[in-house]
Amino acid sequence: MKFDTAAEANPIDRMRVVGRAHPRIDGPLKTTGRAAYAYEHHDVVTNPAYGVIVGSAIGKGRIARIDLTVAERAPGVIAVVTAENAGKLGKGKHNTAKLLGGPDIDHYHQAVAVVVATTFEQATAAAALVRVEYAQAEGRFDLDEALKTAPLAKDPNSPEKQGPPESRTGDFEQAFAQAPVKLDELYTTPDQSHSMMEPHASLAAWNGEELTIWTSNQMIDWGRTDLAITLGIPKENVRFVSPYVGGGFGCKLFLRSDAVMAALGAKAAGRPVKVALPRPFVPNSTTHRPATRQRIRIGATADGNILAIAHESGSGNLPDGQPETATNQTRLLYAGANRLTSMRLAVLDLPEGNAMRAPGEAPGLMALEIAMDELAEKLGMDPVELRVRNDTQVDPEKPERPFSERNLVGCLREGAERFGWQRRNSSPGAVRDGNWLVGMGMAVAFRNNMNIPSGARVRLGQDGRVTVETDMTDIGTGSYTIIAQTAAEMMGVDIENVLVRLGDSAFPISSGSGGQFGANSSTSGVYAACVKLREAVAQRLGFNSADATFTHGQVLGGNRSAKLIDAVRDGELVAEDKIEWGGLDKSYQQSTFGAHFVEAAVDGFTGEIRVRRMLAVCAAGRILNPLTARSQVIGAMTMGVGAALMEELAVDKRRGFFVNHDLAGYEVPVHADIPHQEVIFLDEADDKVSPMKAKGVAELGICGVAAAVANAVYNATGVRVRDYPVTLDKHLNSLPAVS
Amino acid sequence: MANPVESEVSRRGVLVGGTATAMIGVLPSGQGQAQPASSDAVRQGFEVSFEVNGKPYSLQLDTRTTLLDALREHIHLTGSKKGCDHGQCGACTVIVNGVRINSCLTLAVMHQDDRITTIEGLGTPEQLHPMQAAFIKHDGYQCGYCTPGQICSAVAVLDEIKAGIPSHVSADLTSPPELTNVEMRERMSGNICRCGAYSNIAEAIAEAAGSKT
Repeated sequence: MKFDTAAEANPIDRMRVVGRAHPRIDGPLKTTGRAAYAYEHHDVVTNPAYGVIVGSAIGKGRIARIDLTVAERAPGVIAVVTAENAGKLGKGKHNTAKLLGGPDIDHYHQAVAVVVATTFEQATAAAALVRVEYAQAEGRFDLDEALKTAPLAKDPNSPEKQGPPESRTGDFEQAFAQAPVKLDELYTTPDQSHSMMEPHASLAAWNGEELTIWTSNQMIDWGRTDLAITLGIPKENVRFVSPYVGGGFGCKLFLRSDAVMAALGAKAAGRPVKVALPRPFVPNSTTHRPATRQRIRIGATADGNILAIAHESGSGNLPDGQPETATNQTRLLYAGANRLTSMRLAVLDLPEGNAMRAPGEAPGLMALEIAMDELAEKLGMDPVELRVRNDTQVDPEKPERPFSERNLVGCLREGAERFGWQRRNSSPGAVRDGNWLVGMGMAVAFRNNMNIPSGARVRLGQDGRVTVETDMTDIGTGSYTIIAQTAAEMMGVDIENVLVRLGDSAFPISSGSGGQFGANSSTSGVYAACVKLREAVAQRLGFNSADATFTHGQVLGGNRSAKLIDAVRDGELVAEDKIEWGGLDKSYQQSTFGAHFVEAAVDGFTGEIRVRRMLAVCAAGRILNPLTARSQVIGAMTMGVGAALMEELAVDKRRGFFVNHDLAGYEVPVHADIPHQEVIFLDEADDKVSPMKAKGVAELGICGVAAAVANAVYNATGVRVRDYPVTLDKHLNSLPAVS
Repeated sequence: MANPVESEVSRRGVLVGGTATAMIGVLPSGQGQAQPASSDAVRQGFEVSFEVNGKPYSLQLDTRTTLLDALREHIHLTGSKKGCDHGQCGACTVIVNGVRINSCLTLAVMHQDDRITTIEGLGTPEQLHPMQAAFIKHDGYQCGYCTPGQICSAVAVLDEIKAGIPSHVSADLTSPPELTNVEMRERMSGNICRCGAYSNIAEAIAEAAGSKT
């Protein structure tokens, strides 16, 4: 099915199942410990050997000598694989650095060997006996230093990828110079770690030339393709299975060393092997969100109309890596005739930077939405009103191109009303609650909608049960449930009569999970397959499929009805289709919107920051399941609090690695940090984006949160911190007197 | 220039070698392996018996095997999760003799005759424990990986409060602690949820405890 004209009325609009707050259908398995994750498939592989990876102890250089003699003789050891004996390996399309290092080392904790032994304890002990002698090379580990000479980078997201690396509209320099009110500030965001709860893990089993890998991955087809490329085997020989994923946030978009080393280890050992990355390997051995250095300039009229806006960002990555696209939102979010955005990309020898929840917008809005708060203060204007004043209903760079739906103003107004924003004291540092300085802050959330082709197979069994098969993944997003809701709505059956099977390359290729495109794209693929299945059912039952209504296990058309199950009396029906996307995203800018409101308290003596209240209002198309969508948003708000107040990978600029590479050193929010959170979804059905009329919320939810927290802290203290995370040491010496 | 990385690896090697260090000096490196091999045989054969979810188990384990790995890799109860293996995340939380612990931070052989309850012992998909049912109702989880640890912790937290054990946020150490939102958030803070379901988990626990937030 090609989606190239706006959606008309369709069976999803009934919203008997879709749009309802249905609890997760995988809940009973997950809450009782019965859902089997990558390392846990005892049911299919009874006697695996254990692989433990050895990671590079240097950031840049090469292996001078690797001595395996002691490790190979250690008790229980079956095989040791290194680049010397692994055979020729390719590099996956989505990998920046190769996944098995040696002799050249590209980054710290790059895998250099896997030790396979009968037990996990033996493999762990033997891995410590692998002797590696390194020849360390001079590395580039200092972002600020490297940015001094870094060239402008092309925007990888831009349709004009080949165009100029700067985006310009009007004459920014002149308009900024003449603007009566000006802001010109620098903001920094640190490297961040996804730190999902399940570290990467894989179980590999060879059957002759055929490899099955049970793993933890967001994108089945990318992973399968890249594993085949890496191993130099036909893609058809790889089955890639990932039914449950213990969190991803972008860190499991790509093939990583656990899968490659499990496959190589299993080949060498002649038996199935499983490999999990130790927690301390996650930040340096996989991917992270790159740090940014951002300069924002805004010029406005005295009554708050933006005349000129410029956003320039710099980030670093390994050779051939991508920039962190922190200027994304600034091209689209606010009105203003004179605009400039650009990115610089420095080459660094730190581990690979790549997508983490809302890549681009998350760090971009951390800066932009502080800048807007600062501008509001300069103007003596309410921060909500400043955003409303500069709303635009068209792409500011291409005014002929409207937004498909844009209810940002609704989010702002509703949020301000519900949060009690009018009680905010606009003078910072003026509100006390005992020893606490109390403040309110807000920020806008913005994230583009993306659509990805997505396929599904739908089966109507003779028991009346509908089975959906797609290689879509559920990484905590609720895919199982919203796909079941979609199929139930389309086929007119109860959700209990739908079985959903996900995460297996034996099923049709889906969008996968990422970029908040998964919910809309994958359910649209299921919609397409269900349309085909409805046609097959109607044909068997003698209905005109265009007129037939599917409801309560019945098919109705004209003035007669039939039982759905009668269509399969002589055999089950199977239909497969995929959704493909036409050019509606070119004629309409498709984005999601929100507003975050935060109340924070700062201890007047210690500077300790506590978040007291949080509210998000979102306008993001049809909400397929308000229960699971709300969870996506509160989860993103929680990660946003982490970004605001604590998350930072500390760079050792001398040796080139992230120092705090575990959950003790890299702090993420815990229960005590997070208050009750409120989320409101505005009613919306966006017919330009898909037949589901839905967009995504999982990344929208994190966009702007950190700035809303930082703005609340500023409102509490009067001390502006532009260097994330906002930790107490950065404002302690400037806090107002408490007593 | 001396390479500090290499010397660190060597130091770790000596520590791992343990009792074998004296041998290394006097034997050619090839024969030096006899000692670790025999000590490995001793390690492999350690017998331990304990009860898991009401069922007796007698296992022959490597002395280095954690309780978590004994459960996951030997008894195949994979509900207890390995999120960090360092006691930093709480995903491996189980209840031993009525007290919650991080099962990754304790060796299996230390648990002779202990009574261990894992997530699988609290309830089944068909017959959920009230805490499991409350987590489903309030969507107190997303990816599900920290969930068994959260639920085991939550069940134990209610018992701790019932037993009058104070916490860091208890205002008064002598009077019985109350089931407040702040008490529960403090006590649950050893269980990290990176999906960020905390607000919903708080509501699930409150419902299971029969209290209001």
